[in-house]
Amino acid sequence: MTSMSLARGHVEVLQFLRDRTSVVFTFLFPALLLLLFGTIFGDSYDQAGVSASQVYASSMLAYGILTTGFVTMGAGLAMDREDGTLKRLRGTPLPLTSYLIGKLILVLTMAVAEAALLILVGVVVFDMPLPDASHWLTFAWLFGLSVIVCTLLGVAVSGIVKHARSAGAILNVPVVILQFISGVFIHPITQLPTWLITVASLFPVKWMAQGFRYVFLPDSMKSLEAAGAWELGRIAMVLGAWCVIGLVLCLATFRWSEKDR
Amino acid sequence: MEAIEVTGLRKTYQGREAVAGIDLVVARGEIFALLGPNGAGKTTTVEILEGHRRRNGGDVRVLGEDPGTAGRSWRSRIGIVLQDADDAADLTVTEMVRHVAGFYPEPRTADEVIELVGLTAKKTSKIRTLSGGQRRRVDVALGIVGRPELLFLDEPTTGFDPEARRQFWDLIRTLAGDGTTILLTTHYLDEAEALADRLAVLAGGQIVAEGTPATLGGRAAAGAKVSWQEGDRTRTEQLADPTELLRKLVADGADLRTLTVTRPTLEDTYLTLIGARK
Ligand SMILES: Nc1ncnc2c1ncn2[C@@H]1O[C@H](COP(=O)(O)OP(=O)(O)OP(=O)(O)O)[C@@H](O)[C@H]1O
Ligand SMILES: [Mg+2]
Repeated sequence: MTSMSLARGHVEVLQFLRDRTSVVFTFLFPALLLLLFGTIFGDSYDQAGVSASQVYASSMLAYGILTTGFVTMGAGLAMDREDGTLKRLRGTPLPLTSYLIGKLILVLTMAVAEAALLILVGVVVFDMPLPDASHWLTFAWLFGLSVIVCTLLGVAVSGIVKHARSAGAILNVPVVILQFISGVFIHPITQLPTWLITVASLFPVKWMAQGFRYVFLPDSMKSLEAAGAWELGRIAMVLGAWCVIGLVLCLATFRWSEKDR
Repeated sequence: MEAIEVTGLRKTYQGREAVAGIDLVVARGEIFALLGPNGAGKTTTVEILEGHRRRNGGDVRVLGEDPGTAGRSWRSRIGIVLQDADDAADLTVTEMVRHVAGFYPEPRTADEVIELVGLTAKKTSKIRTLSGGQRRRVDVALGIVGRPELLFLDEPTTGFDPEARRQFWDLIRTLAGDGTTILLTTHYLDEAEALADRLAVLAGGQIVAEGTPATLGGRAAAGAKVSWQEGDRTRTEQLADPTELLRKLVADGADLRTLTVTRPTLEDTYLTLIGARK
C-alpha cells in the first residue's frame, strides 16, 4: 500500500507540474500578493523594528497553505471525479486511502515549496529575520497541522462541488472571506468589530496566521493579537479540533462519482 | 461456477426504470456480447456488474461475489474499459500504463500491453495529444494490464479504424484463448458476430433476444432468399431450405451467373428485433 500511495503522489505531482497554468496561478499567486501588499503598506507600523511587509510575509503563509490545501484538494477532487480519474481508480485494487495519501503528498509538496517561496520573498525583499530553533519547532507542528486541516476540508468541500468548472468560484468564496477576517490581509486583527473576530475565531485560518506571526515576528508583536498573547496552546487545540471535524466531514461527503449516489 | 450470474436485475433513475428485470449468465471463458440501441441500459447493466453503480433489485454474482460489496482482491481479478474516460491527459502512455500496472498483484508489463494494443509508436506521447482511437486503445491497455480473469468492455472499439478493429479482435480472441471471460457491449454487429460466443439484445431495459450469433432471434430458421435472372426478369424466392430449388435450377439449365442466396445478416435480425418492439 505504501508503494501505491507513493506512486499516486508521484503521478499527482507530475500532473500538477505539467499543467503550467495551475502552477502559475495557485502557486505564484500568494507570493505575488505578498509582494503587492508588502510594497503598498511598507513600513507603516508603530512597532519598533517590524514592518508591515514582515507582518504580511508571516501571515501570508496561512493563505499559501489554505490555497494549496483547500483549493488544490477541493478543485482537484472535483476534477478527478469529472474526468473519470476516480472512476478509473475505483475499478482497480488501489485502496481509497492510497489515492488520498497521494493527494496529501501533492499538497504537502506544494505547501513546502509555497512556504519556502513566501519565506524567501519575506527574507530577501522585506528583510524579515529568520527565527531561532525553538520557533522552527513550532513552525513544524503548525505547518503540519495546517496542511492536514486544509486538505481534509478540501476533500470535504469537494463533495458539494458539482462541476469542476465551478470549483474555483465556489472554493474562493470562503478563502477570500477568511483572509479578510482572520488577520491575513488586515492586521492588527483588533481593527475588526469584536463579533467578526469571534466569527473568525471559529475557523482555522485565524489561528494559523496567528501562529505564523508568532514564529516570525518579535515577541512584542503579541500585543496586536486579539487576546494580546500568542495563545499557542489554543492554536494547537483549535487546529486539532478542526482535524477531527474535517475527517468527519470527509467521511460524510466523499463520493466516488457525480452520477451514482 | 459461472463468471457472471444475474437474476431479476433492476435499476431505476429518478423513478424511471433503466434496467427492468434482466437475467444473464456468462460462463467462464466465454465471450458474451450485449447489444441494444442507445439508452437500452447496456452501460447501466455493465457498470452494476463492475461495482460502479448500485442496483435497485435483483441478485448479482460476479466471480462469485456481489460487486456492490466486493473488495480489493476481487477488483484485482477484473478489468474494466469504461464507455468514456478522459483522465490522465498530462501523463504519457507508458507512465499511465506503468502506474496502473502497479496496483495489481501480477500485472503484464507496460511495454507488452502497449504493444498488444498497437501503441508502441506513441508510448512516450502525452495522452492529451492522442487521437480519439488511440486514446481508446490506452483505455483497453489499462483494462488488460492487470491480467484480469474477467474483462468488461463497454463499446471498446468506438473510433477505431478498420485495421485497428481487426487487431483488437485478434487481441480479444487471444485473451479468450487464454481463458479470460469477456463481456462486451457494441453497436457494431460485425464485431459481435466476429467475437461473441453468445449474445443478448437489450432494449428498453429488457432482454428481447438471446442466443449465438447464428441462432439469435430465429436467424438459423429464417431460411434463405434465392434470386436469379430468368430472361429479363429477376425471380426471387424466400424458402426455409433452398436445396431443392437450387438443384432444380441447375437441372433446368437456368442462367446462374446472377444467382444469389442470401440469409438474414445479424444486422437484419437485430433490426427486426428492435423494430418489432416499437
Ligand atoms: N446517471 C443517470 N441518471 C439518470 N438517468 C440515467 C443515468 N444513466 C443512464 N440513465 C438513463 O438510463 C437509460 C439507459 O442508459 P445506459 O447508459 O445504460 O444506456 P446504453 O445502453 O449504454 O446506451 P448507449 O448505447 O448510448 O451507450 C437511458 O435512458 C439513460 O438516459
Ligand atoms: Mg452505454
